[in-house]
Amino acid sequence: MWEELQFAFALTVSGVSIGLMYSLIALGFVLVYKATDAINFAQGEFVMLAGFVAALTLAAKMPVLAAVAAAVVVMILFSFALERIVLRPLLGRPIIAVIMATIGLGAMLRGLPPITVGGETRAVSLPIGDMPVAIWSATLPPIQILGVVVTFAFLGLFTWFFKKSRMGVAMRAVADNQQVAMAMGINVERYFALAWAMAGVVSAIGGIVWGGMLGVDVHLALIGLKVFPVVILGGLDSIAGAVIGGLVIGVVESLAAGYLDPFVGGGTKDFAPYVLMIIALMFRPYGLFGTHRIERV
Amino acid sequence: MLHRESGVFKTSYAADMALYPLPIARWTVAFFLVLFAVILPLSLHDYYLSIINLSLIAIVGALGLNILVGYTGQISVGHAAFMSVGAYTAANLAVNFNLPFWITLPAGGLMAALIGAIVGIPSLRIKGLYLAIATLAGQLIIEWIINHTPAISGGAQASIEVPRPAIGDHQIKTQGQLYFFLLFFAVLAIVATLNLVRSRIGRAFVAIRDQDIAAEIIGINIYRYKLLAFAISSFYAGVCGVLYTYYLGIANYEQFQIGVSIDYLAMIIIGGLGSVLGTILGAVFVTMLPIVLRLIMEPLAGLFLSSGELSSVVASTRLVLFGALIIFFLVVEPEGLNRLWRNIRNYFRTWPFSY
Repeated sequence: MWEELQFAFALTVSGVSIGLMYSLIALGFVLVYKATDAINFAQGEFVMLAGFVAALTLAAKMPVLAAVAAAVVVMILFSFALERIVLRPLLGRPIIAVIMATIGLGAMLRGLPPITVGGETRAVSLPIGDMPVAIWSATLPPIQILGVVVTFAFLGLFTWFFKKSRMGVAMRAVADNQQVAMAMGINVERYFALAWAMAGVVSAIGGIVWGGMLGVDVHLALIGLKVFPVVILGGLDSIAGAVIGGLVIGVVESLAAGYLDPFVGGGTKDFAPYVLMIIALMFRPYGLFGTHRIERV
Repeated sequence: MLHRESGVFKTSYAADMALYPLPIARWTVAFFLVLFAVILPLSLHDYYLSIINLSLIAIVGALGLNILVGYTGQISVGHAAFMSVGAYTAANLAVNFNLPFWITLPAGGLMAALIGAIVGIPSLRIKGLYLAIATLAGQLIIEWIINHTPAISGGAQASIEVPRPAIGDHQIKTQGQLYFFLLFFAVLAIVATLNLVRSRIGRAFVAIRDQDIAAEIIGINIYRYKLLAFAISSFYAGVCGVLYTYYLGIANYEQFQIGVSIDYLAMIIIGGLGSVLGTILGAVFVTMLPIVLRLIMEPLAGLFLSSGELSSVVASTRLVLFGALIIFFLVVEPEGLNRLWRNIRNYFRTWPFSY
């Protein structure tokens, strides 16, 4: 009994920490969707790109801060360019067009690294050591602790930004109703760009943290697949939802892997989140915290 | 088809509806018939025939996806999973029950239609992005189930060898014989789609695409038609999967992963959403792309890359080109190759005296 409890606790703790790291990636998705209504199916590839930038900077014997700065700058520029060149011409077109454009972008980004910098896995080594931290029966590698801290930092930052700062309030206005926001003198295009830049920053940090944990190669983009269950569960336009969705998905995934894998032969980790997501879609299509949209003919 | 009339001189409805509006139309049809039935199979090398065969299979699958995405406006990112359902159904029937292809083929299609309709159930409540994600979940869940159920996937490698299809006692072995086999089904699928989209069902699909709430108000049962669209589309996908399985001689889930779903979406976007001709052009284009790419890159890159590296570079270049093409067509020419072809035709309508 006691050992089982320890096992369950260890699984839950690791699920919580992984889940919060999923939330970090999901935040990028939610920010863009909330402000610009655009859907980013290439979120995982964003993270991969940032990971590559960081890994290459570190490989050139640069300090860690330079790598972080490089990743952030590249991701901001990249997001700007994407918004300008691809997404703005697609404004007002069916939602399929935006989804397909980002899927196409994802394919491009996945194809690029093997051609340009080679397909091997690269390490992002951060100066945090590798002594696992023990919490009762659970042990966490320091990189996961860092991930949790970063997620909470961003959560606090964005909560403050959207609730208190002038720009955040303006961005909420843009998200709520673009035309009215425009009429109130808000430069909507600038806030679109700002939302993408913020998503770029989140992806950059996400890329460094995840790249530090898994190493950077094309497969890093696969964590983009985990974003969807998280945001669907939490609600597409809710920042708190992204965090709670990430927690739930992380814990469910970890418990499923711990208890079901021995019986079905592995792979439940990738399977369970989607089953949970389907259930969520059936009963609460707009997620736990999402806004219910009313459609008019 | 290829000919262009110099103006509209029709005086009766019968003339307007005629299958062959001008005598020359008969000749173009005859020309295509001879080209595809005689000239191509007799003149081409087996390698080129195998490329055409792959295109024919892709046409069937892409037509199905276009019925769903292009005509009904429901997005699906799980098309490859429906193909795998058809493929494994047919493979199991063919191996365990020794059934001939004319039973396994429709059986694979029907099974895929059933699963497709189930995956389509969320479309009754959700749309757009949510539906895309739900079908993505369908893809991953179906893939996982097939992979983890030995009774379906046939054991460790998750692959089942299937016997060659046979008509009577005659086995279909060579690429040339396969060509006629696949051509028959591709033509059948094209004719069926052309007729479907101008039937009552097809018009209901288009109404749902344009505005589903409005469609419901004018009396279309959108639940029935949305599920029907998923079922029909998945039926095509299932048949496509079965054909591909017979073509390869093996059913393997690796042929039906999420990347394939995206390939098929690319086909209909590059070809043109909601157009049969566009679907055909897109399917051929996307199938040819990696082969042409390999032909071009082999002499160039073969100098300083080993063949293993070369194939990974080709695969990556293909991905990049794919993504770039999808974005290009979406931004610059949303109606795809179909529109380009129409523009060319219209240009030559009055050429060379265009004023």
